[in-house]
Amino acid sequence: MSDSKAIFLKDATVNAADGDQRAFIRKALGGYYVNRDLQKARYRDWERARDAASLAKWSAVNDLANVLEKFVTNFERNGGVVHWARDAAEARAIILKIAEDNKAKAIVKSKCMTSEEIHLNDALEKAGYGVVESDLGEFIQQLRGEAPYHFVFPCMHVKREAISELFTKHLGTAPTDSPEELTMIARRHLRQLYVDADIGITGANFLVAETGQISITENEGNARLTAALPRIHIALSGIEKVVNHLDDLSVLLPMLATAGAGQPMTCYNTLYSGPRKKGECDGPEQFHIVLLDNARTRLLADPEQRDALHCIRCGACLNVCPIFKNIGGLAYGTTYQGPIGSVITPHLRGLKQWNHLSGASSLCGACTDACPVRIDLHHHLLHNRRNAAKESPTLFDQVFHHGFNFVIKRPWLFATGGRIFRATLPLLQKLPLPYMGAWMKTRDLPKAPAQSFRDQWKNQNV
Amino acid sequence: MSDARSDIFARIREALKVKAPKPHLKGEPKPGSTSSVAKPWLPDGGETADASLSILAEQLAKLKAVLIRVPDHASAAKAVAELSAAKNWKKVAYHGHPLLRPVAAALPCETWEADTSFEKQRLEGCDAGITTCESIVAQLGAILVSSASSGGRALSILPHVHVVVAEASQVVPDLGSALALAKARHGDQMPSMLSFITGPSRTGDIERILVLGAHGPKELYLVLVG
Amino acid sequence: MRVSLFVPCFVDQLTPQVGLATAKVLKRLGHEVEFRSAQTCCGQPSFNSGQWDVAREAAIRALGVFRGAEVVVGPSGSCVAMMRQFYPELLKGTPHAAEADDLAARTFEFSEFLVKKLGVTDVGAKFAKKVTYHDGCHALRELRLKEEPRQLLRAVKGLELIESEEGETCCGFGGLFSAKFPMISTAMVQVKGGALARTGADYVVSSDPSCLLQIGGWLSREGKPILPLHIAEVLANDA
Ligand code: SF4
Repeated sequence: MSDSKAIFLKDATVNAADGDQRAFIRKALGGYYVNRDLQKARYRDWERARDAASLAKWSAVNDLANVLEKFVTNFERNGGVVHWARDAAEARAIILKIAEDNKAKAIVKSKCMTSEEIHLNDALEKAGYGVVESDLGEFIQQLRGEAPYHFVFPCMHVKREAISELFTKHLGTAPTDSPEELTMIARRHLRQLYVDADIGITGANFLVAETGQISITENEGNARLTAALPRIHIALSGIEKVVNHLDDLSVLLPMLATAGAGQPMTCYNTLYSGPRKKGECDGPEQFHIVLLDNARTRLLADPEQRDALHCIRCGACLNVCPIFKNIGGLAYGTTYQGPIGSVITPHLRGLKQWNHLSGASSLCGACTDACPVRIDLHHHLLHNRRNAAKESPTLFDQVFHHGFNFVIKRPWLFATGGRIFRATLPLLQKLPLPYMGAWMKTRDLPKAPAQSFRDQWKNQNV
Repeated sequence: MSDARSDIFARIREALKVKAPKPHLKGEPKPGSTSSVAKPWLPDGGETADASLSILAEQLAKLKAVLIRVPDHASAAKAVAELSAAKNWKKVAYHGHPLLRPVAAALPCETWEADTSFEKQRLEGCDAGITTCESIVAQLGAILVSSASSGGRALSILPHVHVVVAEASQVVPDLGSALALAKARHGDQMPSMLSFITGPSRTGDIERILVLGAHGPKELYLVLVG
Repeated sequence: MRVSLFVPCFVDQLTPQVGLATAKVLKRLGHEVEFRSAQTCCGQPSFNSGQWDVAREAAIRALGVFRGAEVVVGPSGSCVAMMRQFYPELLKGTPHAAEADDLAARTFEFSEFLVKKLGVTDVGAKFAKKVTYHDGCHALRELRLKEEPRQLLRAVKGLELIESEEGETCCGFGGLFSAKFPMISTAMVQVKGGALARTGADYVVSSDPSCLLQIGGWLSREGKPILPLHIAEVLANDA
């Protein structure tokens, strides 16, 4: 068993038994479901709108070289600097070099999952920079020393009392149980940090090839501040974030907000094209973008699952996933949690170590229905299972399935086996058998009937 | 060793040698731009100016943004002055635009034309920022500001209150129209920032409970002339 | 019509009454019903475990079993989804592809067959009980059946249909998943089973016997006063 699987099983077991925490998560998502449905109802045809969103991403991803080339040309024309990173280490090195060249000290970040993916904060802190996350949820997680729980709602699992304690400990503020006051504490604390920071690091939700702009989606305004006040703006983005046309955003921005957060649009959807222009009164002097591969091209090379690169990281698939809701985001041990994480992590980090995430699903398909860009999520879990069984079959599975097949391809053996199974079921239930023992721990089996269907049918129809 | 850029492009070209199937769609793909194809499926933005204005009013109310409709620019200045008095603003920053200067002049408090210099600390100390905008999207209740129309990047985000003074004729039905308008207006000389503002800043990060004014303005006013 | 029954392997062995009830309803509606005893398991456990080669063999055998059948009807959304959606995927690019597509087109889930193919909603059943309906995920999301079973239930005399919270939530069965990840599967059935029990219904009805195994097994263990029942058993009841 891989280490990551052992940790997963341990954490999932603990979390799945924590009824209070699970109820807390369900309650927290309650408002989202209501708002999402209200907003979806405003669409005149949500399903066809999903078609449009899906096609916008499909056409960019399947023409990635050209679209990316176009983006880069236009980005540079706008006065931005483009950097390329094959992997996480290269991306970190690029960002460290920009900081060093510009004698930066303080860095403020707005939410950027790609930076989690490359463990940027660690690298920056080790190099002696002060780094502060400005998104409230990320800020809280940074103080907690914990990875995000959900890539859109990073601290949704933390109760207000714990946040109050955290602020008291780190910021010296008085305890409060009001979310409003807690938010204001963070607001006051972070304001000066934006003003003083030399570098602002953001992610990017979309890279618009046609205009060379990047688009950033947020609610709090922290990304706006991060890209407005420091003298250098660095955006870090996966290469798959490109879209062909500015016009594509007319579908993608509202759908991202509605699917992921139940909003018509998020509060701020901002397009940046370059550093401060001539005649503009503020904004950074430099604008860099780091374009990251980090195994995305490996996913691209799999046409069956290439659509996983359409992901706009809205989080809808997590919000509806019963696995996510019952084991929580941290149990995944991945940068991207939930269904999309279970699909792509095996590609990004290795199938052998991460295939258990594909197995840990009832394949209910709620994720696939929720996905605004129509990624075939739950079927990809099946594809990962198939690929893993091919690549590194487990002995147990081999024996089990070939044995099962030996039986089911012989109807007489199946019938006889069934008879024995039913006769011994009361006994079998008491034995610590694999699978059956696990089942019996929390659930009963129906009482085995004396006769199978096939026997009864034969008797009835003689 | 080859450089990262050419390596990544080589990997992409290699990967795309095998074609992916078309995505599973509900209906047949249609020719045309994304927004024109998707228009009949997206939320309604109104077919007439009146319809758009009423959708806009409804959206803004839901977003907890305040819409103030006035007949002319003089009344706009009066409305903002009343707001300033009621809220007891001490310092207000504004974008140096011909339509906003009279608004600023009518304010009963200290004012500062923010685009004359980049002073973060001073701007942070302002109670409110007043800007114009590029357009207003009825469909979503979104106001498009830019570094050109809004006195740079910070004025519409750093002060605690944001006031937008705009003309009713700036209201467009949907996001697609707003994007097309921006492209037509700026061509390949886009302002370095274009931002759709959809209600006052907010967060739900603590227990998914909505709180306004996370980092950006807690209050958003749209004063619409005409 | 001549209907060939597709009886899931665990229905055959553990809940034969579901198969019998299915046949009874179809016969009552005047159809000829056959059971081809060469059928065993559709191969879904292997398919879901990534053992596609094994599943492919099962699929090819099933093609042989149901060759020539006018229509194939199964009382399980999950097993029908296997035949209808996943056989064609498994056999794509093999000499069996065309036959897999053909079988898929002739295969129906029980409630789907009644409502969509036969256009029947009232099968003349009586059942004076309060029931709540559980959508199996395969029926709901692979076969896109939601209204069909409800239409059938609403036409049953005396039956009161109550919807539950967590309406479209998975019960956590997922085949071998329920045994490989029992802690997650149990947490899921706690959520779903709890919501079903809170409806106050006498029975939880579903078109998916595998979900009923999971839900019923948990309800029984927890001593909740609500029993699992397959929709065919409800519809077969005419006394
Ligand atoms: S996979 Fe789809 S639903 Fe999940 S985060 Fe990505 S876009 Fe959203």
